[in-house]
Amino acid sequence: MVEVQFRFREDEAVNDPAVTVDAFAEQTNATAVRIEPGDDARALLPHLDRIALVEVNFPAWTDGRGYSSARVLREAGYAGEIRAVGDVVIDMLSHLKRCGFDAFAPAHPLDPEDAQAAFDRWDNVYQATGDGRKPIWALRHGV
Amino acid sequence: MYKYDQYDQQMVDTRVAEFRDQVRRRLSGELTEEQFRPLRLQNGLYLQLHAYMLRVAVPYGTLNSEQMRMLGDIADKYDRGYGHFTTRQNIQYNWIKLEDTPDILADLSTVEMHAIQTSGNCIRNISSDQFAGAAADEVIDPRPYAELLRQWSSFHPEFLTLPRKFKIAVIASETDRAAMKLHDIGIKMVRNDAGEIGAQFYAGGGMGRTPMIAPMIREFVPLDQLITYAEACLRVYNRYGRRDNKYKARIKILVHELGKEEYTRQVEEEFAHLLTQGIEPPLAELERIGAYFQDPPFEIGLADDLDLSDPDFRLWVERNCHAHKAPGYISATVSLKPVGGIPGDASADQIRLMADLGKEYSFDEMRVTHAQNIVFPHVRKADLYALWRKLDAADLGTANIDTVGDIIACPGLDYCSLANARSIPVAQKISERFAAQEKQDALGEMKLKISGCINACGHHHAGHIGILGVDRKGVENYQLLLGGSEAADTSLGQITGPGFDENGIVDAVEKVADVYLREKQGEERFLDTYRRLGMAPFKEALYG
Amino acid sequence: MKILTGNDLKTGAVTWWDGESWSLHVDDAVDVGEGGADIIAREEAARRVFAAYVIDGVQTDEGVRPAHIKDRIRALGPTVRPDLTLKPADPEALNWVI
Repeated sequence: MVEVQFRFREDEAVNDPAVTVDAFAEQTNATAVRIEPGDDARALLPHLDRIALVEVNFPAWTDGRGYSSARVLREAGYAGEIRAVGDVVIDMLSHLKRCGFDAFAPAHPLDPEDAQAAFDRWDNVYQATGDGRKPIWALRHGV
Repeated sequence: MYKYDQYDQQMVDTRVAEFRDQVRRRLSGELTEEQFRPLRLQNGLYLQLHAYMLRVAVPYGTLNSEQMRMLGDIADKYDRGYGHFTTRQNIQYNWIKLEDTPDILADLSTVEMHAIQTSGNCIRNISSDQFAGAAADEVIDPRPYAELLRQWSSFHPEFLTLPRKFKIAVIASETDRAAMKLHDIGIKMVRNDAGEIGAQFYAGGGMGRTPMIAPMIREFVPLDQLITYAEACLRVYNRYGRRDNKYKARIKILVHELGKEEYTRQVEEEFAHLLTQGIEPPLAELERIGAYFQDPPFEIGLADDLDLSDPDFRLWVERNCHAHKAPGYISATVSLKPVGGIPGDASADQIRLMADLGKEYSFDEMRVTHAQNIVFPHVRKADLYALWRKLDAADLGTANIDTVGDIIACPGLDYCSLANARSIPVAQKISERFAAQEKQDALGEMKLKISGCINACGHHHAGHIGILGVDRKGVENYQLLLGGSEAADTSLGQITGPGFDENGIVDAVEKVADVYLREKQGEERFLDTYRRLGMAPFKEALYG
Repeated sequence: MKILTGNDLKTGAVTWWDGESWSLHVDDAVDVGEGGADIIAREEAARRVFAAYVIDGVQTDEGVRPAHIKDRIRALGPTVRPDLTLKPADPEALNWVI
């Protein structure tokens, strides 16, 4: 199994084997699920209360469907871990985090200094994405 | 026009630092070319035929003289003394060195400019009407909405790796001067029966190998829901746009395959959900942005007449000037299409001259048009003759806007690594063939557009006359299309038949023009005659 | 003949494999036979070139001529700006491209 290289959660990491989105509904004892780019994250919404770990796979980092999957889950109130796995590269890190990812398990470990610089890159952001950061328009208008 | 605050400046500066770091990692070998390519593209850096090419964003085509001067200085300092204005109101440089690029971006940031998202599979520079804020026929200035969308789309974390590139245009008048319905999303600002301003959304338009005219998907989005609606459109596209085939990955294919109704249904469902998420900036933000787009201090009581005794000036006024909303003012278009010239190219000196003239004569404001020309939006009629004299002395006074000489042409095989045939030499030969003033007069409005490959950067589908360069067994060949339009009466051109060689295509355009002159009724434009008669008489003249 | 072309990583300039290194001049290009892929792999890994590929060319009395017009334009420069090509003083150069 690939190591989680960066994690922004206080709770104990769950490392149950993740099942596919299709299998998750039937396997009522499963607590971890893996979303592939073509999967519909909304299929998981009826089961959020028993999910402890969502892995979102990026077979290629240029396929951005996983960003929407994470936001769909966060917007529905899912508060457990969302872990980016697969072809996770330095230049995605801050954007993934903004969309609700809080753990990162790149297939090829990243240079820790470059990764830290990437996480710290943006002091401010233009959009509200549900990650708790105040967008620039909110700072401008004190909302 | 808009001015950055500390936040906007910080975002651009951060991007410069990020790209500098990416270039460092590429040069040190941490990044392979395959890994670096999508990153450099998101900063507008391509590899073209002869070198790297850098595309600099001109948001909604508006720029001030300090910015224009910087564009000229960059052409001298980092390139070979010229730049190329593009159909998306940007400028690109053809001879850029990778190692210089971070410094170029740093120079641009000093005048509130950048190359953010000018390429790549993300939301691109937002285009608009070149007469925004000046045109007599607009409902409202569309640029504050374009600026709001610019900020929302810049580094939007969910939409940086879309299935394909994504182009948005915002207009606000019935006369479409920005090819709005040929964009992934076209937005038309409208006023409803209650007198409120809102946004009409069109989705799924585009050119390329499968041209489509965007259908309207929503008649009226209230201003306090604009960003939320755009986000819903993008999320549905990001999730369901095709990724198995790059030629079917644009939103137009998704809208076409789902059908407009189903795509709209999904957007509305997502929109209803997103309305609960608090992602919409407050209206105060639109007001803040709008304050930057107030009218410049127009003088009241100016005379509205022009001395047209100089016949060359008179012609230029007739061809290149556009009615202004303020009495005593006019909008003037500088043609970057001199006879035999390279459409859209301007030398560093010409760029700096336009910067000076924009400051002196147009309240420090200029526009880039999608037809690759430059506009001085707010010129006092009393100054127009002096302005024209100075432009003309620098080979910038050509009187040919929207005539057969005002050709849109992509860079083609002279510069572009995707091209199959050269576009520029064909444009040059056609403009020379029709150089005589009487010919242009007789032909009137005739929009000719040339692409050097099926990607259609030269908008050939939307030309009254379109030309598409193809590669026929290693030899350049040119197909002819008739009947396209990118104005409010948007239509797609039809191919006439077998293609022509380089000289043959010039002759073919002349034959088409002759049929028009023979058949035209009254004040009919070429396009009207074609629509009335159909392809038959033109085909007969070409191949009969 | 098979010749190798690519771009210089730092400057983007079009270059041609001359048997030992990368030249700006197509006439320096050598026949790489079947060895192109190996040279590309080695040279790209060393970051001396990128976007490299093998093309067909012909050795003529005037020099090496790439088979396709696209690579002849790359070898010379834009046909619409002779002043910016590698042979600004040679009016015959454009005929060589076409």
